[in-house]
Amino acid sequence: MNVWQFFASHRSEILIATREHLTLVLISMAIAVAIGVPLGMMLVSHPRLRTVALTVANIFQTIPSLALFGFLIPLPFIGGIGMRTAIVALVLYALLPILRNTFVGLAGVDPAILEAAEAMGMTERQILFRVRLPLATSVILAGIRTATVITIGVATIAAAIGAGGLGTFIFRGVAMVSDAVILAGAIPAALLALLADFLLGILERRLRVA
Amino acid sequence: MLTLGRDAVNRNDCEKPHVTDAIIEFRAVEYRISTTSPRAILSGISLEIHQGETIALLGRSGSGKTTTLKLINRLRSASSGDIFVEGRSVNDWELIKLRRHIGYVIQEVGLFPHLTVEENVSLVPALEKWPAARTKDRFAEVMHLVGMKPEEYAARYPRELSGGQRQRVGVARALAADPAILLMDEPFGALDPVTRAELQQEFLALTRRLSKTIVLVTHDVREALLLGTRVVLLDAGRIIAQAAPREFLQLQQPIARQFIAASELVAGAAQ
Repeated sequence: MNVWQFFASHRSEILIATREHLTLVLISMAIAVAIGVPLGMMLVSHPRLRTVALTVANIFQTIPSLALFGFLIPLPFIGGIGMRTAIVALVLYALLPILRNTFVGLAGVDPAILEAAEAMGMTERQILFRVRLPLATSVILAGIRTATVITIGVATIAAAIGAGGLGTFIFRGVAMVSDAVILAGAIPAALLALLADFLLGILERRLRVA
Repeated sequence: MLTLGRDAVNRNDCEKPHVTDAIIEFRAVEYRISTTSPRAILSGISLEIHQGETIALLGRSGSGKTTTLKLINRLRSASSGDIFVEGRSVNDWELIKLRRHIGYVIQEVGLFPHLTVEENVSLVPALEKWPAARTKDRFAEVMHLVGMKPEEYAARYPRELSGGQRQRVGVARALAADPAILLMDEPFGALDPVTRAELQQEFLALTRRLSKTIVLVTHDVREALLLGTRVVLLDAGRIIAQAAPREFLQLQQPIARQFIAASELVAGAAQ
């Protein structure tokens, strides 16, 4: 059976796997953004927390993905087999680019502009939300874009711990020594990553200031 | 100029209401980057600035003139001595209130690139929660003051303006909340000579009309003489001379002579 025949005959299965994959990615990204952006904002005014947070996030990012899944399985509450463990791992992976770019974007705002804001009598909060954040948006978004692409990729491995998604086809195909089955997972996963990168890239350019 | 004895600057004395009519007053101010820093950026600065004056703080790079300016709206804090704004120590002012009370203009970089001209100019009124209609009227008013058509420029972004236009918008923004005091740090520094001369002339006309108290930092002696009602010369963190523009040219103080000679050199080369 060639690839196209397999696609045709397993259409609904592939669609379900794609939906699972997207669910994994979206939930993980939502959590990672909800943690990463506010934490990145805190790092601007807390230099000590900065070193700790960036180091920890860097460590998570460095651990090979399959090993990270392996570490998480035996843990109580967050561990075990299935989607929940996968999401925890994906969040940990996505955190570093989001955290780093949020911090770099906010800290990289032209000091002369910040001083003008201060001189005009803006409070620290107003400077953060009305000056720093809008000026850092495209940099933060670039971090979210990188994180999304990484998450789509790593999520294929989540199938190994029973989280479903497009990786299911890849692992099954490897076991069956079937190119068609492997590609049924690999092609949609690759397309998802490219599409996400493209769309977020457009958004990033649109939000760039000057 | 009033010079005070050393004992006059202790804290008790500063907390008493005092009796000069200066809008801004420096009393024996010293500034160091940190308390442990051996070198004082500013020392022995005593200066009274009165309503309607335009003080030109003149000096070479690193003479402390920008720091002096920033002490007034507490972008920097004096290490010792005290600065009074409208009779009240800057440390007794609520910081945000003090700053919104004082207009501030720096070289073109100070405009917010993500805000339109109208949003930039209306920022302080918006922070002060002025009603929308009043803010809009005020925007039109200050734009006219700096010679720009409000309806034409309202929706533009700073990057869509020329250097001179940006600087005008900067001045409009500083004037928006109608502050009694205007601080200007090399406001015309980044402009080409023709635009600079144009803006200086307009600025002169504007200051005559508005009777604001202005403190202007510049390293250009001709700008200082043209715009200042009093020129204060700083060198290595100290005030070494001050005089009205006409008298300034007669000063025998060596550094003042250097500045005058430098400007004459330029004028001489042109002839």
